[in-house]
Amino acid sequence: MNRSKVVPLSKPVLFAACLIPIFLLAWNGLHGNLSANPISDITNETGIWALRFVVITLSITPLRKITRWHWLTKFRRMAGLFAFFYGSLHFMTYIWLDQFFDWQSIAHDISKRPFITVGLASFVLMIPLAVSSTQKMIRRLGGRKWDILHRLIYLTAGGAVVHYIWLVKVVTYRQLTYAVLVVVLLLFRVVWKYRSLSAKLSHQTEEPVVPSSGF
Amino acid sequence: MSIKKQPEIPFSEITPEALYRHRREFLRNTGIAIAGAAAYSIFPQNISSVFAQDNKTWKPSHPSAFDTSEELTPYNDITTYNNFYEFGLDKDDPARNAGSLKTAPWTVAVEGHVKKPAVYHLEEIVKRETMEDRIYRHRCVEGWSMVIPWFGFPLSNLIKRVEPTSAAKYVAFETKFAPDEMPGQRSGVLQWPYVEGLRMDEAMNPLTLLAVGLYGKPLPNQDGAPIRLVVPWKYGFKSIKSIVKISFVENQPPTSWNLSAANEYGFYSNVNPEVDHPRWSQAHERRIGEFFKRKTLMFNGYADQVAGMYTGMDLRKNF
Repeated sequence: MNRSKVVPLSKPVLFAACLIPIFLLAWNGLHGNLSANPISDITNETGIWALRFVVITLSITPLRKITRWHWLTKFRRMAGLFAFFYGSLHFMTYIWLDQFFDWQSIAHDISKRPFITVGLASFVLMIPLAVSSTQKMIRRLGGRKWDILHRLIYLTAGGAVVHYIWLVKVVTYRQLTYAVLVVVLLLFRVVWKYRSLSAKLSHQTEEPVVPSSGF
Repeated sequence: MSIKKQPEIPFSEITPEALYRHRREFLRNTGIAIAGAAAYSIFPQNISSVFAQDNKTWKPSHPSAFDTSEELTPYNDITTYNNFYEFGLDKDDPARNAGSLKTAPWTVAVEGHVKKPAVYHLEEIVKRETMEDRIYRHRCVEGWSMVIPWFGFPLSNLIKRVEPTSAAKYVAFETKFAPDEMPGQRSGVLQWPYVEGLRMDEAMNPLTLLAVGLYGKPLPNQDGAPIRLVVPWKYGFKSIKSIVKISFVENQPPTSWNLSAANEYGFYSNVNPEVDHPRWSQAHERRIGEFFKRKTLMFNGYADQVAGMYTGMDLRKNF
């Protein structure tokens, strides 16, 4: 089948698939299938899916460059917005179900608990990305500026992993798996950048490299 | 030090008569025969509440003066929401995986500075005691709590029987080590076996319990069968499960969570709303089954009984 047809067809299917975690959570909640501490379950579930979607979003570009399946980019915005969706649910669970709008306690948590601080920062950094995700905003900002702004996702990813590591009693393979994934995905970008830079430089070897002032 | 093996008690003496008479049938039918028979054997036959699980109607048949009158956490929650890393990291893992733990026959080694060191059969320890229901608050270091009707006897009774010498300043406890029965012990999450300890006065405190049941029924494996410690004014991880060894020692013994993260989990680990865990607050807790968080009480509400043991101590330093 033609790729130009695959992408538009698979979008609604993938969209529905991305909603399965929240559907399952709601189903289990309504049928009493959650544990004795359902608020904790909802917090954990929405949090882990936010992190998973951040990782999925981050892996699209490397995957595209390796496979040259350029149509993958078409799904990047959806993955990113689902990261924001689950992150928002996670944030709301904390504010509403866990703390029940006890602003004093929330302020105390944010200022005193590094894992909350980092988690909140990771979420807040996604807001400008979600807001600027429309075609209109991309045009308004211009591709270059938009690209730079959307590198904030690197901070979100790092912050989310630190948040996860800091909130558990013992660090296990679960947290380490996400840490390794994020490090690898970020390292890929560094290596890629370095390679394209040195490729550019080797093109220009005939010309003398003039060091610019200030560097 | 001599560890003498005590003679085994005939099953007819410790098993309900009806069960004993039909034991072959019982063995055949259940398939988990030995474990089942032993679990029943340590329980008096006349507990009317044995099969009641409803937290609204259940009444203790052997009440104690230390009982809290707060609403009990349902049996189902107490037995499906557990931290028992020997059986996995998730709260529902112990209920799913703890079936592999063999709880019979079960022995508890008593050693160290005592006049009567021995390896005791569980039945020997239990049959000498008068069992009580003890309805205690249980506060996990993670910030949730329950109200649990334990069934057991004061640790001090056992300590008096084995006669510690004046050299015994601390009591150290050890969980069974059997990686083939406890799959979590094949991973390196914690150092195995799980170990815990109390100062002698803490161990002798009338609140400190050796529990063999809850809701008047034998402890399910996930809750620390067949015998566990209950120290209600300390965070839950101090109440070590499935105990196979009790040692009377001179120096403060190592404890598992302290070995894992010394800056986060101290030897004392008394419930204290004013001393936060380095990464989260301990001022509030979520009682299982409730929506709103409640304030955590000093020494989990047992200050009257235990605060005296810590006068003059800096509880921030000795967290």
